[in-house]
Amino acid sequence: MHGRVDQHQGGQGVGARLPRKEDDRLMRGRGQYVADIRLAGMQDVAFVRSPLAHARIRGIHVPEIYRDRVFTAADLVDVNPIRAVSGLPGFKISEQPVLATGKVRQVGELVAMCVAPTRAEAEDIAAAVVLDLEELPAVSDMLQARSPGAPLVHEHWGDNVFLETNFEVDISAALDAPIKVSREITTARQCMAPLEGRGAVASFDHRLDQLTLHTAAQMPHINRTGLAECLGMDQGRIRVISPDVGGGFGQKGILLPEEVCLSWLTMRLGHPVRWIEDRRENLTASANCREHHYKITLYADRNGKLRGIDCEATVDSGAYSSYPFSACLEAAQVASILPGPYVMPAYRCRTFSVATNKCPILPYRGVARTGVCFALELMLDLVAAEAGLEPGEVRLRNLVRPEQMPFDNITNKHFDSGDYPQALQRALKAIDVDALRARQARGEPDGRRIGLGVSIYCEQAAHGTSVYAGWGIPMVPGHEQATARLTPDGGLELRVGVHSHGQSMETTLAQVAHEMLGVDVANVRIILGDTAMTPYSTGTWGSRAAVMAGGAVATACGDLGERIRRIGAKLLQQDIADVEFVGGEVRGVSGSVTLREIAHTWYRRPQDLPPDVDPGGLEVTSGYKPQRDSGTFSYAAHAAVVAVDPDLGTVEILDYVIVEDGGVLINPMVVDGQIFGGLAQGIGTALYEEMPFDAAGQPLATTFADYLLPGPTEVPAPRLDHMETPSPYTRFGVKGIGEGGAIAPPAAIANAVNDALRPFRAELMRSPITPHRVVEAVIAAQDAGRAAA
Amino acid sequence: MKPAPFDYARPRDLDAALTLLGNNASAKVMAGGQSLGPMLNLRLAQPEQIVDITAIDELKLAEISGDELVLGACITHADIEDGRVPDVTGGAMRGVAANIAYRAVRNRGTLGGSLSHADPAADWVSVLTALDARVALRSTSGVRQVALGDFIVGALQSCLKSGELVTAVHVPKRAATAQWGYIKTCRKTGEFAHGQCAVLIDPTTASARIVIGALDAAPVVVAEPAELFGGRIDANYKTTFDVRVADRLLGDAGIVDAAQRHIHVTVMQRALREAA
Repeated sequence: MHGRVDQHQGGQGVGARLPRKEDDRLMRGRGQYVADIRLAGMQDVAFVRSPLAHARIRGIHVPEIYRDRVFTAADLVDVNPIRAVSGLPGFKISEQPVLATGKVRQVGELVAMCVAPTRAEAEDIAAAVVLDLEELPAVSDMLQARSPGAPLVHEHWGDNVFLETNFEVDISAALDAPIKVSREITTARQCMAPLEGRGAVASFDHRLDQLTLHTAAQMPHINRTGLAECLGMDQGRIRVISPDVGGGFGQKGILLPEEVCLSWLTMRLGHPVRWIEDRRENLTASANCREHHYKITLYADRNGKLRGIDCEATVDSGAYSSYPFSACLEAAQVASILPGPYVMPAYRCRTFSVATNKCPILPYRGVARTGVCFALELMLDLVAAEAGLEPGEVRLRNLVRPEQMPFDNITNKHFDSGDYPQALQRALKAIDVDALRARQARGEPDGRRIGLGVSIYCEQAAHGTSVYAGWGIPMVPGHEQATARLTPDGGLELRVGVHSHGQSMETTLAQVAHEMLGVDVANVRIILGDTAMTPYSTGTWGSRAAVMAGGAVATACGDLGERIRRIGAKLLQQDIADVEFVGGEVRGVSGSVTLREIAHTWYRRPQDLPPDVDPGGLEVTSGYKPQRDSGTFSYAAHAAVVAVDPDLGTVEILDYVIVEDGGVLINPMVVDGQIFGGLAQGIGTALYEEMPFDAAGQPLATTFADYLLPGPTEVPAPRLDHMETPSPYTRFGVKGIGEGGAIAPPAAIANAVNDALRPFRAELMRSPITPHRVVEAVIAAQDAGRAAA
Repeated sequence: MKPAPFDYARPRDLDAALTLLGNNASAKVMAGGQSLGPMLNLRLAQPEQIVDITAIDELKLAEISGDELVLGACITHADIEDGRVPDVTGGAMRGVAANIAYRAVRNRGTLGGSLSHADPAADWVSVLTALDARVALRSTSGVRQVALGDFIVGALQSCLKSGELVTAVHVPKRAATAQWGYIKTCRKTGEFAHGQCAVLIDPTTASARIVIGALDAAPVVVAEPAELFGGRIDANYKTTFDVRVADRLLGDAGIVDAAQRHIHVTVMQRALREAA
């Protein structure tokens, strides 16, 4: 039977606030991360990296004593470069050699690998390798990179544009709107800064004739495919294991050149090798994210109704196209999601994915949505000011309404369900707009300025085949599969291809299984992160795991339940139609048989089974896709109150409200945790995090002394409110929510800062909002005021 | 991020430490290791030898001697924060110590290490300059005392000679009539400041020591503080403070960015406002 078991039975099913199963291990320091792995004979690798952003390699001088410990591109002749090609028309292909050949295109690019018994010795060898580089002019600014005459990252392209796109719906209809506001808006380049950096341990198993790569990865099956392409090996000869992972956020959703190098090296040397990324490498040489530039115009009527958006968006994609997401996912997403949850009749967006002499970018939690939300929501506040409306009111006049659901917006995004105005109204009520306006009018005794900011977004999550086939990148998600296996003592093993690096899948998937089979979550084992143990999956990204793996686990458990019911009926000697499987046992009129008894019979006492029993047994692999694979739309309204010191430029968050609708929540406590974590990262984007580069392409934040992350004193406890509008298309009505917390904070906080500074006529249109930028904006506004006077 | 190879010594007495330092120009002193540790790991510092001075009892002494407090170089920020050492500054040093970086740093980081490292944004560099402290420097060839304002000669630069070690800090007793104010502004709790000002001002003697820190150079000791107050330091200094003079002073110190100057001037104004 496929019905839901009573959710209050033991309080473990869908909707239960269950403590996390994985915390017993993780909170006691017993997690096993890549750096915890010790293999006999293992040696450490350190890389020689390019100190220059753009240079021709004239020579690599290796001291004679280290000849057999240093490897360069000349050694890796049989290794293919990393190619992440987008199928979008006009895409220019970058080839990323795993060790540089000919020239280097970013600081930190791998040039040579050095192997030694310890990392310190490997670093000593790396320090002894001398690079003879002929420095070339570098381009580190994406707008400069677009202009004619800029240095070329890939000479044969003729320019620096990976891809240019244009999407338009009748923009001419908006041009006569009485309100027209235009701005340039930028979001800084960031590092995702997971607590655990990257790392890999490679070894070769001659018995299995198999390369084994332990790597901190979100998408082990995708890494395997990419590795096989680079190494020219059959995929069956590669096993990728991703053990405990200390945060991914997108930075671990990539095939690394280091992974390819180590895989090659272990096969060359015959012993295990490892590379554990240090923080400087993670900050300066691993993938970055978030760097967008918008030239944007909003058109509206006097009553604040949107007439259209016209935008030219540029994304700094860095030197190479990353595998599998490519250099263009970010910009393509900008064009498709810029309208947000708003209704409008006209729209145009041109995008440019630009190559620069910087690290490649990867989609970071929220992907392009954080930048898009920042740009659009800052602009909406300007429309509100022009129309003389409260920021909340201008949004309410333009948001998609619940009676329009399901709704296809101007870029053909299919909104599955939700009540956006209600979410915003709840947030406005909780933050108490009237009280704040009164407080602003009174002023603060300490001279600071109070500001209120709101933002609202929608998050397309778990989007599948139809969406990704259109983008034509190396990875297109299809059906998600799960294997459910009953053990001889009645426990349940679930094998799923997604991974868990903070998402709590070991808990939430067990809750789904409990919902379907009534098995105590303590008796459910979740097996993740190993290509040899789990069904193929594109992995954990795009807020898809709860929807896709949750759906797959429900389907597999449902199918397993049916097998259990059939065997139970046989054991009860009843017709299949006369028994039901409920509460962990098969019940008929003549009695009942427990799941444990059924498992025991199948595995240990097959002699008790009738001859016509289904030979499929108690192990099922099943696949799942939502009824529509265009994605679920979760959303949230954020409202922030800040105090800005206009003379020091400091910003303090005084209050923060989030009203979130993630559909039916499998575990509301886990969702709360996701939102808290996302908020912290959103505050980082808003106020702290920035990876600056100098004109020569040198990254300037090389340690956490310069790359600032918010800490406990910078992240307030938000007030959370949940709505639960089910998705009509997914199992249980679940929606993906993993990224949302990180999307809205930069916009809400920037709007609050701008609200606070409105009396000065100062305005900030770039992230992060640093003290220096605040003071600069106030001074600029005063100078402009004086000039006008 | 592993250090280049180095030798390590942990002498138990000062003479042994000074001999090691005297014999090896490439030796580096380590006390709390809060700055040197990361610099070693980043290979920004590659000394042949580390001389760990934390086993030398003499460097952990703290006593009032006459009109001054003498603090050994290995006194930690936490020792001061927790009141484990005497005080002659009316609580000024204790208040400063409590806001240095994070508690973990304060547990390990030392007074002598902070001054020797000479980071212009470090609290003690500005604070002890304002308090007119002196450092005692020793080497195998002798002892000398240098005023802190002369000790710090630039960003990350002191007048320490090769083979020389900061052994103690001499802090003069604060006059009963002197008022103290210290403000710093940081991007987040525990980070190095980007604006910092320490003020020791005495209206009864019409004198002031005003030190601006967190610059790209050694802290600026305002040479003619009276100019900041219309030519005269008196009980009205909080209101006579002239931001335009302060702004010009910072411009003269080489700060061309107007927003940076504004932040420094604001910090100075608030340090004066807070002074008590």
